[in-house]
Amino acid sequence: MIELLVDNRDLFITGFQNTVLLFIFASIGALALGTLLAGMRVSPVPVLRLLGGGYVMIFRNTPLTLVFFFFAFAYPRLELVDVSFFTRAVLALIAYTAAFVCEVLRSGINTVDVGQSEASRALGFTFTQTLIAIVVPQAIRSVVPPMTSVLIALLKNTTIAAGFAVAEAGQITPALSERGAPLLIGMLWVAIGFAVLIIPLTATQRTLEKRWSVAR
Amino acid sequence: MSSVLYDVPGPRAQARHKALGVLAAFGVIALIGFVAYRFWVTGQFEGAKWEWLLYENLQLGLLDALGATLRAFVVAALLALVFGLLFAVARLSEHAWLRSPAFAIVEFFRAIPLVIMIFFLYYAAPQAGLQLGVFWSLVVGLTLYNGSVLAEVFRAGVLSVPRGQREAANALGLRRNQVMRAVLLPQAVRAMLPTIVSQLVILLKDTALGFLITYQELLFQARYLGSLAEFERPIIPTALVIGAVYITLCIALSSLAGYLERRNRHRQRGGPQLPTPDMRGVTAGLNA
Repeated sequence: MIELLVDNRDLFITGFQNTVLLFIFASIGALALGTLLAGMRVSPVPVLRLLGGGYVMIFRNTPLTLVFFFFAFAYPRLELVDVSFFTRAVLALIAYTAAFVCEVLRSGINTVDVGQSEASRALGFTFTQTLIAIVVPQAIRSVVPPMTSVLIALLKNTTIAAGFAVAEAGQITPALSERGAPLLIGMLWVAIGFAVLIIPLTATQRTLEKRWSVAR
Repeated sequence: MSSVLYDVPGPRAQARHKALGVLAAFGVIALIGFVAYRFWVTGQFEGAKWEWLLYENLQLGLLDALGATLRAFVVAALLALVFGLLFAVARLSEHAWLRSPAFAIVEFFRAIPLVIMIFFLYYAAPQAGLQLGVFWSLVVGLTLYNGSVLAEVFRAGVLSVPRGQREAANALGLRRNQVMRAVLLPQAVRAMLPTIVSQLVILLKDTALGFLITYQELLFQARYLGSLAEFERPIIPTALVIGAVYITLCIALSSLAGYLERRNRHRQRGGPQLPTPDMRGVTAGLNA
């Protein structure tokens, strides 16, 4: 069983390396874009709310494969800046995941009682103070668990890039099949690889949840 | 209207919001204008690139592809619902020999990326002498993943039914499977209907993964049409059309979920309470 891993270590190493890289870049980008969108969706400016809502509605109802499809095949036809498949995969993941990050943040903010910020305003807190001292500390508790789910889903979704010419963990199975290796064992190793990547995420989530579950 | 973050705006804030709104509108118009300009410069709006829409056999091909997507969706959805119900009941069983394997199976299939599962079924099943073919590789993969998620949904639904229901049913002398079938499951399904439908939206979106193993569904057709040289390889027009089709299908199904949720909320007196109404559904539609 271990021979398969050793014999095909090139596949496994590049595969998981690319998965992790895709995940890191895409999660940073998605968190940034998602926060911006959430800011738009809760803002008092109707146009911004509408735009944020429209973005979320479109991307939540589009298959990620289609987003990849667009970036992989249609983007080059626009003759814009020429970027690698890897970058385009990152962009597709960011565009898609940001919609879900936005929704998580928005509902997190909505779980905070209006009275909390009314009280803080009555005490003379400025907007920034209200945001940092009152709203975010309360919202973050209800944000962490679903945000972890979003990140785990993002990690799993990176495998779709394998279908679009990014040598990624998803491509290990087809590549092994080409080499005629026993796929059941290969699959087992891929599954173990993903478990190893996902466990730290859920562990962080549990620790944070435990730490913050005391008050309230 | 006062929200959590913002007070009711005064006259100055209102003016500022208006200015910001105008600015944002201009920004977006500029962005869309730029994309449209690129489309125009690269000739995406030329008649030749859209002519394929007029050919009857290509229209029929599109319909076939839509049928293929919907076929995979319907078959996988039915199988996933059955799988979910069975495994939810197994996980709630009082026999450990039934409970623990069900737990392991559900957790395993939820954790494995669906793409890996589908690739595995597609490439590995022939090694074991089992020719699944593209359709069944896709459908079985979708069933295992979404069925496992649905099993958790059903289980959460059963657990959300007030305890008195089970106790009353037991007191009436119903057998254990009668309690489950006649009392708990119907209430659980009703309470969870919006979540179940949202999961079906995910399943519908996930059928697009069939593209990766060359199942001839909508995306495959888009790729094919987009490579036709006689229409100057209209990949952007086809991607736009197929995108519109997917978004329409998914929004139709999502709005059904929204409708069910609203109806549930009206009817909730006495019925089972739904778990954590605020965050529920936030991550709906997440996978692929």
